Amino acid sequence: MKINDVILQTVTKIVVFIILTFGVELFLSGHNNPGGGFIGGLVLSSAFVLLYLVFDIETVRKGIPFDFKKIAAFGALLAVGTGLGSVLFGSAFLTQTASHFNLPVFGETELSTVVLFEAGVALTVVGVVVTIILSISEDV
Amino acid sequence: METLITILVGVLVTVAVYLLLSKSLVRVILGTAILSHAVHLLLMTMGGLKKGAVPLLGENAENYADALPQALILTAIVISFAVTSFLLVLAYRTYKETGSDNLAVLRGFEDE
Amino acid sequence: MNNIVVMPMVVPLLTGILLVFLRSQVKIQQLLSIFSIITTAVISVYILNLIQEDGVLRIDFGGWMPPYGISFVADSFSVLLVLTTAIVTGILLIYAFSSIGRAHENMFFYPFVFFLIAGVNGSFLTGDLFNLFVCFEVMLLSSYVLITLGGRKVQLVESIKYISINVLSSWFFLVGIAYLYGTVGTLNMAHLSVRIAEVGQGPLLTVISIIFLLVFSLKSGLLLYFWLPGSYSAPPTVVAALFGALLTKVGIYAMFRVFTLIFYHEQGVTHLLIGIMAALTMIGGSIGAIAYNDVRQIVSYNVVIAVGFILVGLAVSTEIAFQGSIYYLIHDMIIKALLFLIAGTMVYLTGTARIEQMSGLIRNYPLLGWLFFITMLSLAGIPPLSGFIGKVYVGQGAIEAGSYLLLAIAFLSSIFVLYSLLRIFMNCFWGETIINEDDDVPLKKGMLIPLVLFGILTIVLGIGAEGLAPYVTDAARTLANPEIYIDAVLNGEG
Repeated sequence: MKINDVILQTVTKIVVFIILTFGVELFLSGHNNPGGGFIGGLVLSSAFVLLYLVFDIETVRKGIPFDFKKIAAFGALLAVGTGLGSVLFGSAFLTQTASHFNLPVFGETELSTVVLFEAGVALTVVGVVVTIILSISEDV
Repeated sequence: METLITILVGVLVTVAVYLLLSKSLVRVILGTAILSHAVHLLLMTMGGLKKGAVPLLGENAENYADALPQALILTAIVISFAVTSFLLVLAYRTYKETGSDNLAVLRGFEDE
Repeated sequence: MNNIVVMPMVVPLLTGILLVFLRSQVKIQQLLSIFSIITTAVISVYILNLIQEDGVLRIDFGGWMPPYGISFVADSFSVLLVLTTAIVTGILLIYAFSSIGRAHENMFFYPFVFFLIAGVNGSFLTGDLFNLFVCFEVMLLSSYVLITLGGRKVQLVESIKYISINVLSSWFFLVGIAYLYGTVGTLNMAHLSVRIAEVGQGPLLTVISIIFLLVFSLKSGLLLYFWLPGSYSAPPTVVAALFGALLTKVGIYAMFRVFTLIFYHEQGVTHLLIGIMAALTMIGGSIGAIAYNDVRQIVSYNVVIAVGFILVGLAVSTEIAFQGSIYYLIHDMIIKALLFLIAGTMVYLTGTARIEQMSGLIRNYPLLGWLFFITMLSLAGIPPLSGFIGKVYVGQGAIEAGSYLLLAIAFLSSIFVLYSLLRIFMNCFWGETIINEDDDVPLKKGMLIPLVLFGILTIVLGIGAEGLAPYVTDAARTLANPEIYIDAVLNGEG
């Protein structure tokens, strides 16, 4: 049976970008406000899941040719790596630091190593969630 | 307020136990999910239900709620998310393999 | 600050992650895993010696001082177990190379073994009760994957049982943590111990301690072992050996830690209960071990008996008994891995797991037969082998404490262990051979070498117990005197 899902497909094409933007916004606001790597990652992965739902898996795989298992592994590597990075600088494992920089466009900006750690978490969440969804849906 | 939430936790546990004891695998998984929600509520109640802002610097509030139970709950949610999704995949695979989600039909060893 | 303390967890974690990227290059995966497990072992030896000089070590994550942050604490007890874990896993990996098969290797078998090790080592080293829960879950999630990997029907069905029971015990763990946090307002183990000593372990806290007893009994198979034989018989040999050697031991470790460091005030209630449960476990395990005709079931029930025996040491709670339990714990991790491997190899060679259908294996595979013989003697506690010293010390401790009944049951269970294994030995290795010269399955070298290595290890551990003695004595001293641990965590300069 061919389902007519023109409306869903058209809406999705726009909504996916809104979700992705919202995910990034949540991720970046995570330092002092509600948000963070885990939640941001979940929202990001929901965008991917929506794509898989609306278009079939093969089409999406052509558009996004990543192995999501490797993305998860890369994220975990990044998170553990920032922990080990602090060991190289002679402080305790997982120590994070932050500092203020004067950047050309943004002006006075706070940059923190915890963002790298959170980025790792976000990538892991995206990788794991999409992998789970794919492993359920693969042979339908 | 603590008493009310504790009663709610009790109700959730009752529901979860009922689901866990049923024979359908999907119900068992739902039971574990509800069970984990119950314990998250319990963790929050045990930390003491206090009035105060979210423990985040951006709130600029006078007093904050205890952050530790919330951190514990967040971690526990992540873990129960992982376990539940794994269980769902497992249930699906088992259904594919055996054609049943009835735990009375599924038996591992013949001579058990 | 001793960043080295976190390495036994981080090295396996990092290895596991890297192995995911090397999915298709099996050879490189194998090389990297062996290299990493040797690194972990070397690091643990280094930490162990560092502890003898500097006392209990500690690392605060992110520089947050205890009791506010999470710390890893390394004392001789935990690092001895970390070291044994690394050695046992290393040898099991060699067995896996020749037995596990390409399908498993491509489905992330090695990464999940390393995640499991990361969880196990994390559980041994952590100094925070909630972090213990998290490390438990890391370990359990990897074990869920390992038990289902391959997806045979038996595995899927048994794993549902295994996962449900573990979800439930994790739930009780969280309930216990919630109550404990509500009562004393901290989760750092050393800080908990101080606070409970201040307010006294009243009835409320004793009830909470029994929730923890329930949790760890489910994980370690103390009395609540009904899930264990089925789940440990279903997965491939290596995975079963890994589980039999490591997973229950983590539960035992947690029980030792919690009931020597935190809840040691009401020994009349908690430790008596542990003693009763240990006795019932040994009785139940003995009955199971002699009742079944399936090699894998017999071997699984032997795990149960050992759990009961080790916890006799905790039940009597004297320093000598702790020493005995630690010796026996190390011995048991090695010998159970060997026992599971031999049982799995027998099934592989004959194609059946029923002992009445095997016969005369020693004619075809003499070395395997003699290795089984050594294993049997070692488990029964015959002197030059590794099981002996642990049994002696546990026995001595039980006599000191005057628990003669427990002692009698513990030593009777050894006889049942001997009988159950002798039954396998007589049925399967003696008698007329059933395998013709033609369809004689050759025993691969890659399978035999790890078995021999474990065999050597149990002899060396028995004869060379002297060399291990200073570490074990220190470990038992720290267990018997919790203030050493507390002092290192709360007052030491990290």
